[in-house]
Amino acid sequence: MYRTVPEDATIVVRDLHKRFGALEVLKGIDFHVNRGEVVCVIGPSGSGKSTLLRCINQLETATSGQVFVAGTEVTDPDVDIDAVRRRIGMVFQQFNLFPHLSVLRNLTITQRRVLHRTTAEAERIARETLTKVGLDDKVGAYPAQLSGGQQQRVAIARALAMDPELMLFDEPTSALDPELVGDVLAVIHDLASDGMTMMVVTHEMAFARDVADRVVFMDGGVVVEEGPPAELLGNPQHRRTQDFLSRVLDPTRAQPKRSGG
Amino acid sequence: MAVGRQGEPVSSLVGRRRSPLASLPRTKRIRLIRGAQYAVFVLVLLLVALTVDWPTIREGYFNLDKARPLFPTILTVALKNTVVYTAMGFAFGLVVGLFFALMRLSQVTPYRWFANCYIEFFRGIPLLLWLFFLGYGVPTATGRQLPFSPYSAIVLGLGMPAAAYLAETIRAGIQAVPRGQMEAARSLGMSQSRAMISIVIPQAFRIIIPPLTNELIVLTKDSSLVAILGVAAGTQELTKFGRDELNTLVNATPLVVAGLCYLLITVPLSIVVRRLEARNARAR
Repeated sequence: MYRTVPEDATIVVRDLHKRFGALEVLKGIDFHVNRGEVVCVIGPSGSGKSTLLRCINQLETATSGQVFVAGTEVTDPDVDIDAVRRRIGMVFQQFNLFPHLSVLRNLTITQRRVLHRTTAEAERIARETLTKVGLDDKVGAYPAQLSGGQQQRVAIARALAMDPELMLFDEPTSALDPELVGDVLAVIHDLASDGMTMMVVTHEMAFARDVADRVVFMDGGVVVEEGPPAELLGNPQHRRTQDFLSRVLDPTRAQPKRSGG
Repeated sequence: MAVGRQGEPVSSLVGRRRSPLASLPRTKRIRLIRGAQYAVFVLVLLLVALTVDWPTIREGYFNLDKARPLFPTILTVALKNTVVYTAMGFAFGLVVGLFFALMRLSQVTPYRWFANCYIEFFRGIPLLLWLFFLGYGVPTATGRQLPFSPYSAIVLGLGMPAAAYLAETIRAGIQAVPRGQMEAARSLGMSQSRAMISIVIPQAFRIIIPPLTNELIVLTKDSSLVAILGVAAGTQELTKFGRDELNTLVNATPLVVAGLCYLLITVPLSIVVRRLEARNARAR
């Protein structure tokens, strides 16, 4: 029953179920991300896409099923999860920078505490990474002194400074003012061009069309449809995908649903 | 008057009976009321000033001749000891309190249960009783003083109840740190304990600096209760010192000076707390 996935896929998810009490959020997900691939996950809120992403690095514990990251089963209860997470960068909707530390220290503290790099080496890598996201002039600033877009770019740099094999993005632009979204998407775009393996949960359809190798549409805890962005976004096959896309792409014309909305 | 001004029945007038002030313009009325409030205040002050026996007050409470011999010992010994005892109790309370705060947040049920018992016990019993227990109860039961007497009784006496209060404050602080902070730290590969030490606890302490300073003020005053331990001359703190001098000089001035010495500690701390709270309010 498993779809055949390439042996070297960076993320492999098999029949994943996640239940919060009586609520079943993921109802049997089969999913994979190949090395160097950019996969955007779209879907209405409550569809389980963020939960799926958080199951990849075990911020949520799966109820049943398996998740493999670069060949390691992260759903194995005996796995050294800290070691696995070192290889997975994660970017949150709310940035989650450490507010008590300067930008530089935000980037160096995990390098030093987790990778045991020397202070000099950690700072060199931090500065390089900050240059990559265009914020090398902010090393001494504190997160509260930065705009949302700058904070999110620092958060991306913080994850990149750990040399991850793949990056997870959980709605990275949803908490940003519209005029700041572009800078953050540009950074993610650059990463994609560099060949980084990425899984991006997003509402930015234009970005998904532009950057993704594959788009996955989730609804009601299952993967409804997936395919190349032009196909899935341009010519969706399922009723639910069509419905969702018409709402997102043309919100002023959408009919209110009878429940929720 | 059974009938109103314009021949209306009284009953209809009762509802709109108005004070004579009401006929005045609003600004004038406010000025008049404000003036009356000041007048009452001045009147009471005058009354106190005229009825109080000022020479007795000066002689009995603010007697400079009786205050002079208190110095410098009241500062170099008594005030210093109050500060030292408070600091020792607070340091003990912080370390042990952090320990119990983490136990209260533990996944291990017996840890939570034990921490709850400790906190409830020491929040529930009077400090004075606890000090009597350490200072007199334990020696009576065992026939021996605690080691390092009287410091052990002072540190445990002030520190163990302080730990109970501080544990609750620290726990609240840890829980006030957004969950995303722990998630971000864990997602970067930090272990649970490393994330707690490097990320969560430093932020928790920042959040609780105002309540911690308040606890420090309370403890400064509570340190006066160690006076009942009957500490010797070199180790007496402000309250014990004031009381002993009250007996020696047969005058209340030492108590007044001791009180002023407490204010010397607590008022600056209060100002610090107010500043910190204002800064926190701005940051939000």
